[in-house]
Amino acid sequence: MSRPDWEVVIGLEIHAQLNTASKIFSGATTAFGAEANAQASAVDIALPGVLPVLNKGAVERAIRFGLAIDAEVARKSVFARKNYFYPDLPKGYQISQFELPVVVGGQITIRVGEGDAAYDKTVTLTRAHLEEDAGKSLHEDFHGMSGIDLNRAGTPLLEIVSEPDMRSSAEAVAYARALHSLVRWIDICDGNMQEGSFRCDANVSVRRPGAELGTRREIKNLNSFRFLQQAIDYEIQWQIERIEDGGRVEQATVLFDPDSGETRMMRSKEDAHDYRYFPDPDLLPVVISEDWIARTRAALPELPGAMRARFEADWGLSAYDAITLTSSRDAATYFEAAVAAAGDALAKPCANWIMGELAARLNKAEREITDSPVSPAQLAALVARIADGTISNNAGKKVFDALWNEAGAEVDAIIADQGLKQMNDSGALEAIVDEVLAANAKSVEEFRAGKEKALNALVGQVMKASRGKANPTQVNEVLRSKLGG
Amino acid sequence: MSLSIDEVRHIARLARIELGEGEAQDTLDKLNNIFGLIEQMQAVDTSQVEPMSHPQDVAQRLRDDIVTESDRRDAYQRVAPQVEAGLYLVPKVIE
Repeated sequence: MSRPDWEVVIGLEIHAQLNTASKIFSGATTAFGAEANAQASAVDIALPGVLPVLNKGAVERAIRFGLAIDAEVARKSVFARKNYFYPDLPKGYQISQFELPVVVGGQITIRVGEGDAAYDKTVTLTRAHLEEDAGKSLHEDFHGMSGIDLNRAGTPLLEIVSEPDMRSSAEAVAYARALHSLVRWIDICDGNMQEGSFRCDANVSVRRPGAELGTRREIKNLNSFRFLQQAIDYEIQWQIERIEDGGRVEQATVLFDPDSGETRMMRSKEDAHDYRYFPDPDLLPVVISEDWIARTRAALPELPGAMRARFEADWGLSAYDAITLTSSRDAATYFEAAVAAAGDALAKPCANWIMGELAARLNKAEREITDSPVSPAQLAALVARIADGTISNNAGKKVFDALWNEAGAEVDAIIADQGLKQMNDSGALEAIVDEVLAANAKSVEEFRAGKEKALNALVGQVMKASRGKANPTQVNEVLRSKLGG
Repeated sequence: MSLSIDEVRHIARLARIELGEGEAQDTLDKLNNIFGLIEQMQAVDTSQVEPMSHPQDVAQRLRDDIVTESDRRDAYQRVAPQVEAGLYLVPKVIE
């Protein structure tokens, strides 16, 4: 997709629905999935004479976000009216923030790509502001009319605006994923993309390297990372082809159609909304005290970036491992609990088991790590038994199986019951090796003639004769010493 | 600064207000009077004054994040012109 003769410029606007119990300006519940309009209060449906009262929980979450991205939390911010007409916005304006948003600046470091090609990049944020969500319009046939559900109206949103720092769809997706992970980490948004709790708009333009910024088109309402990637890739290709064919890109708002994989025009610049923002006279300026900021900062959990650096420095994890294990707070918590039980020296095998066997089983069972049948302590005990040579890695998988299937099972009891203990008695092992050597004269000859592969066959025979209980490393050593001697 | 008649028509369209020919001219005159007033005020040097977003210099009071409203849909929908399946019905709009 990347073309060296073109540079792509992408900025994202992300709407994160804040996980408050009540709406931003009314005491109605924000729960998802209720009967139509059952959660739309007098304020939400804009009955005459009602007044908005700002939810402290929404402001608190905005502060948390600002601190987490190292931004400036505005000591004074102002709500403004964004005016437009649409039936799912009964007031005729959306209460948002314009000139003085609650969060200014900030940055987030993202990891782009995989393996050796992976690199870190810091994306700068412009701002984040509080606003209310609109209702929903249903255009199915109600006798030629539209149906309006205002349950979502007044749900608090944090609109997070980035600088145009991204240079590819991969960077845009990595940034969106990093933010998605962060808002859940600091517990301000549930991140549920199917329910629309986290939605992305992408501003995309292309230019010749070093040239002025090109004209951008905005892709609206992308509600999955896959669609974000597909929509941006399509848009880049479309813009480049248009310019190379001698045309021009006109500023426009477009929608992505997941079925065709194409973007299509929603409105041109001529139809662009003129929102006529002005300060909302119903709301006073929001003043955030130093004390409130200090208390919020003190209550913040360790952030993923700091934790990732600590995992790498203290426990020698690779960047990939550290990022994977800090992709969610639940995964990190599980990993830390496992290492606490197994000891620092076993951090790496704990990481391997969590990212390997455990992740695969959870994924297959469609379960969250918080809901894992295998506890961190059980996993730590298993890792410890492999590390001290009691069982082989293969036997470890059988133990894991048993732990997964039987709640409260004990690692040592499983090892004993299933007879998985590795044969560490060298006398018994030597006896088996002698038998195998005597019975496999051909392999012995081949090995002595320099055929290294013949040894593998002998190792296999010994393992079979020991019914898998022999330690393969030890088998190798004993075989080599006997054959060499 | 003064407005043109086309700007007045544009603002009226944005606000979904229908203005007849005479009304447009009348509105233009009124608005230009207001702009004249603003021009006079702009003669005052306010460079050292922080702009206020609200006439009262007080801070917004905040509400605790508690659900206080119950479902009063039936009462609200009694005054709506048309409802069905809990939805408010409006003339079809597809952008």
